[in-house]
This record gives sequence, structure tokens and C-alpha cells, in this order.
Amino acid sequence: MDALVLARMQFAANITFHILFPTITIALGWALLFFRWRWLKTQDAAWLGAYRFWTKVFALSFALGVVSGIVMSFQFGTNWPGFMQTVGNIAGPLLGYEVLTAFFLEASFLGIMLFGHGRVSERVHLVATFLVAFGTTMSAFWILALNSWMHTPAGYVIRDGEFFAASWLHIVFNPSFPYRLTHVLLASGLTVSFLLAGVAAWQLLRGKAQAWTGRTLRVGLTMGAVLIPLQILAGDAHGLNTLEHQPQKIAAMEGIWQTERGAPLLLFAWPDAATQSNKFALGIPKGASLILTHDLDGEIKGLNEFEGAHPPVAPLFWGFRVMVGTGVLMLAASWTGWWLLRRRRWQAAAMPRPMLWWLAGMTFSGWLATVAGWYVTEIGRQPFVVFGLLRTADVASSVSSPMIALTLTLYCTLYLVLIVAYITVVKHMAEKPEAAPAPAGAPVPAPLRSAT
Amino acid sequence: MNWAEALPVIFLALMGLAMLAYVVLDGYDLGVGLLLPRAGDADKDTMIDSIGPFWDANETWLVLGVGILLIAFPKAHGMVLGALYLPVALMLVGLILRGVAFDFRVKARDDHKPLWNFAFFAGSGLAALAQGWMLGRYITGLEVNAWTTAFAAVIALLLPAAYVLLGASWLVMKTDGELQRKARDWARIAWPPVVLGMALISLATPWVSESVRTRWFTMPEFIALLPIPLATVAALGATRWLLGSDHVLGRWCALPFVLVVSVFLLGFVGLAYSLYPYVVMDRLTIWQAASATESLAIIAIGCAVTVPAIVGYTVFAYRVFWGKARALKYA
Repeated sequence: MDALVLARMQFAANITFHILFPTITIALGWALLFFRWRWLKTQDAAWLGAYRFWTKVFALSFALGVVSGIVMSFQFGTNWPGFMQTVGNIAGPLLGYEVLTAFFLEASFLGIMLFGHGRVSERVHLVATFLVAFGTTMSAFWILALNSWMHTPAGYVIRDGEFFAASWLHIVFNPSFPYRLTHVLLASGLTVSFLLAGVAAWQLLRGKAQAWTGRTLRVGLTMGAVLIPLQILAGDAHGLNTLEHQPQKIAAMEGIWQTERGAPLLLFAWPDAATQSNKFALGIPKGASLILTHDLDGEIKGLNEFEGAHPPVAPLFWGFRVMVGTGVLMLAASWTGWWLLRRRRWQAAAMPRPMLWWLAGMTFSGWLATVAGWYVTEIGRQPFVVFGLLRTADVASSVSSPMIALTLTLYCTLYLVLIVAYITVVKHMAEKPEAAPAPAGAPVPAPLRSAT
Repeated sequence: MNWAEALPVIFLALMGLAMLAYVVLDGYDLGVGLLLPRAGDADKDTMIDSIGPFWDANETWLVLGVGILLIAFPKAHGMVLGALYLPVALMLVGLILRGVAFDFRVKARDDHKPLWNFAFFAGSGLAALAQGWMLGRYITGLEVNAWTTAFAAVIALLLPAAYVLLGASWLVMKTDGELQRKARDWARIAWPPVVLGMALISLATPWVSESVRTRWFTMPEFIALLPIPLATVAALGATRWLLGSDHVLGRWCALPFVLVVSVFLLGFVGLAYSLYPYVVMDRLTIWQAASATESLAIIAIGCAVTVPAIVGYTVFAYRVFWGKARALKYA
């Protein structure tokens, strides 16, 4: 296979694996701060139980995020040496600030947050928890600033084929950045909502409910029910922003091959790149025009206007539908679940089992939507690495195909094993009875030691 | 010297510092990982407890070091990591394995614990071997021939020994009782290969590089530089003597660790002196490899504010977990 395709697959595999874990830790950090704060306020042991359990999930997710993040810092150079050589003056400082202001902050205070209880005061511990949550969010800020700049570059000048910064304000707050940051942070919130609700539902189904299970079910459902409408609004705004700056991405997402007025919103179709048309199309007439231009007969540019400079259609078309479909399911599940739980006066144990099964089935739905959406936006930038300015093929490395194929296989195998292990261990932890806290001063029994 | 000339030097210094911090900090926890199979189950937990709060932050120094290489010297990043493609990939696989095994081993089912312990050991070993190989390749200027390959292979085996020495000294400092005694024995076993490794590197670098030879073996530089090898020999000798005595089991328990760290520091200073101003030996200088001055300036401002803060809270984190390792409990 082509070395370029392999290098892209390798980078995509790594970033796909990586994104799963920050998506959890960004919002889970704030959820932990909330649990901890509620515990300090109310002294209700259920909040402490929730904090203890979810801290472990956080630690595990954080570890997976750190190690796959290290891989990223190497692959920028090994897979895309031309990227840093051309736009390094802009990408470099953004990545640098991420490591300096975020990565170190979270990694250093994590130790205190996880194991510092009893060694530092409650207040310092709460501050450490805050700094970890703040660090993960700052991390998202810098990384998305760079990523958004690659989609909607601004604030640069080009001299002798190399990019130089002209205005850092315009580079960081480039046109798509506010939309993308909002969209991603909400995605993280939703991922955690369904993780909280899903694990709680699973415990109830299995008869393994803990004192904190009802709390997290309520927190998860409330978070989900509030965030999903916001996400739909944010997603719509982001889509309109994309239409303005990257119309070919929208054309591919909607499967619009030829420029047309009153374009239908396709619910199902089989985009065929060979004939430049859709097979088996089923759509709502004029739907796409209405959503994108807020006018029934609005004109949408087709892919025919971007000959040789538009992304492949099928992955965008399908990725977008998977993301939106998951979002609709999230809306239905969180609103139904919240309403049912409220009707039962927040008694989680009284929840109907089909509803619990539904929520348990959606435990990792946030991952699906996030990854699908990420594919849409990233594949949608192709064939460019910096939209309209720098082609991916021009920055690839000269490493040979067999070498990339070998390491790709290695990484993929490892990532698959680790995802299976992660899900299995979260399930195992959810089902394990809570260890009774050891009385103060008593020696810790051997099997309970070392909670690293 | 104007800013355009000075900034690459500043970033080289910063990158060197980050790499040194990484090798010392992750070095001891990689060493502990390598020693894990030698301990019983209870000792295994204590060993992990001694590094538990730190490892995430320790590995972050690697991201900073490689990050600076990437953002300040992008041309060198491509050249070095392209040439070391496979060992880099193997090191990353190793680091992934050990990083996650750390967390999985206590959260997974009890009967899976030995498996994750093994993953922790194997990952540590793979990462240390790969790093040794890369160090060997790097100091011979990424030149590929039979001699440099053999050299890289030898360093690949000796760097893990250095990590074991560091990790064992860390355990002497952080544990007590039977485990502390065992750690002292492990440190003694690791000592000879470390001495051999230091000697080999000291001989090989002037041998492969004309410029290194002239830098070290001309008067009066030779006299001025003499304290570096002499101090290294003294530190290694003192380490060996201490490890042979019972003093380290008591009040002096931190001394071997401090001495081994100083050996790493001296080795680093010697290597830095040999290489400067090259970022790839005899091929690419820091000024040839550097990013635009404006971009370096904006990162430098960030570093001036954040690096002292990072050092500050790293010290704070170590102080919180000061003294002998206690069992870690999630709060």
C-alpha cells in the first residue's frame, strides 16, 4: 500500500485511540470536583463513594491518555516531518503552550489528587482536584486552537514557502475555534453523562448497586438532558461556520455532487465516487437547504466546484449520520430517563429495567459520536493538512511502507487489547463490592494495599 | 550575541534540562519496573507505591524534551526521529504497556494481576532497551555501519543497567526492612555494567568524532575538563563503597540515590560539552535546525513563566510524598 495512506492510517489510529480518553477526563475532572465539593458541603458518604469510584476510572483513563499522548508528540515528526518544517513557527508555540500550561499541571497534581488525601489539607486537596480539571480543559483549548487553525488558518504570513506568525490573537482565535472548542467540550460532557448513567444502570441491573449509584444516575441523566440540546445548537452553529469556510466538507457530508438549489436532506444513500452520484437515495425534499441556508430554495455548492480538492464522500457522509444518529438517541435516552427518574422521586432502584438496559447499552455512546464527528471534520479537511494551503501528500515522511505497516500493526494490536481491557476493567470495578473503609490506624490488609 | 543567535542556545539548554530530568526521573521508575519480577507479591506493591504518585509527571518530561526538539528544532526532529523510527516505535509501545499496566494491575481481576505485573516489567524493559539503542545511535551521529551498530547494541544493554542502579538506589531510599536490603543487593549487581557503559561512551565519542577529540584532548581544555571524569569516578567509587556497607540501611539511605543522580548529571555534562553546538553530531548545528526567532521568542516567554512553576510544583509533589513509601490509597 501507499506510504502516504499508511502514514495517515497510523496517525488516525493513534489519534482515535488517544481522543477516547481526554474525552472522558476533561469532563470527568469537573464531575469529580463536583462530587468532592458536595461531599465537603453535605458530609453525605454517598458523594464520597461516588468520588472514590470515579477517581479510579479517572486515573485509568488519564494513564491511557498520557501514554497515547506521548506517542502523538513523536508521530508529528516521524509521520509528518514536512508539517513542522512548513508551519512549525505556528504549530510549535501552540503545542508548546499545551505541554507547559496543561500537561504538566494535570500530571503533577494528579498524584496529589489520587493519593494525597491525609497528607495535605482538604483545601489543598480540593485545589489539586481543581487544577487537574483545569489542566485537562486547558489542554483541549491549545490542541483545538491548533486543530482549528489547520481548518481555518488565519494570522499568518508566508515567506519562501514557510509560515510565520503575524498575529497570535488571530491564530488562536481563528474563525472555527470558538465553535469547535464548544462542540468538543460539550461532547466530552455528554460522553461522561452517559458513562455515569450507563455504569449506574449496569450496577442496578446486576443487583450490584452501591450507596452512590443513584446519585451518579441522577447526575448523569441531568447532565445529559441539559447538554444534548445545547450540543445540537452548537453543532448547527459549527455546521454553518463550516459551510462558510469549508463548503466542500459540507457538500461531502450531505452527498451533494452537483451545485443545487433546494437540496434534499438525505437520510440514507449510497454515495458512489465513480459515477459522482448517490444510489438508493432517500431524503427529505429541500431539507439540506433549509438547515444550511435557512431558506427552502437556498443554493448549496456541490463537489463539482472543487475538482481535485475535495474530500472523499462516503466516510464523511456516513460519519456525519452516525454522529447525528447517536445524538438523537442521546436526546431520547436522557430525556426519557430523566423524566422516569423524576416520576419515581429519584429512586434509582425503581427505574424500569428496559430503561436501564437502554442506558447501559449507551455507556460508551459518547465515544461513538465523538470519533464519528472527528472523522467527519478531519477527513473533511483532506486533501489538505492546512486547509487550502498545504497538502497532506507534501508533508509526508520518506519512511518506507513496510516499516510503517509493521509499526501500524503493532500499535493497532496494542490499542485493541487496551480498549478491551479498559472496558472489561471498568465493568469489573463497577461490579466489585465496595471495600469497607479501614478504621483509622488499623493496618491495611494485604489485598487492599496499593491502589495505584 | 543577538537574540537570533541566543534563543537556539537557550532552547538547547532547556531541551537538555528536560531530557536530563526525564532520564533521571523516569529512569528510576523504569528501573523499579525492571526489578519488579525479583520481588515477592507484598514487596511488588510497596515498590509500585513508591513510584505511584510520580510516574505520570515523570513521563511528561519526555514530552517536553521531544516537544522542544519538535518546536524549536523542527529540522532535527525529523532527521533524528526519522533515523530512529523503529526504536522510537518500540519505546513507545513499551511506555504504553508499562503506563497502563501500572493502573490496570490493581483494578483488574485478581487473577489477572500477574499478567499486568509482567506487562509492567516487559514494557519497562522494552522502553529502556530502545532508549539505550537510540542513545548509542545518537552519539555516533546516526551513522550506520557495523561498528556503530555493535556500539548501539552494547549501549542498549547497558542503559537498562543504569536504570536498575538508579531504581535500586531509589528503593534503598524509599523503603526499609527486607526490601531495602534486597534493593541494596540489586544495586550492587547493576554497578559493574554501569561503569563499563560510562567508560565505553567516554571512549567511543572521541573515537568516532574528530571534533569531539579536539575538544577534549587539547591543552589547556584537557586540564580544565579533568574534574568531570575525576568526579564521575569518585561518585561511582563512593556509590560502590556505600552499597557494600550497612550505613545505607539507616540514616544515609538517600546517599546512593543522590550519588547515582550526580553520575547521570556528570555524564550529561560531558556529553553536552562534546556535542555543542551540534544537535546531530557533526551534521546539524542548533542554528541550522532552529525555528524562526519570533516563534522561539513567544515560546521563551511562556517557558520563563511556566518552567519555574513546573519545577516548583514538582518539588511540592515530591515533598507531599516525602520519606519512606507508604501504601497508597485513593482518597
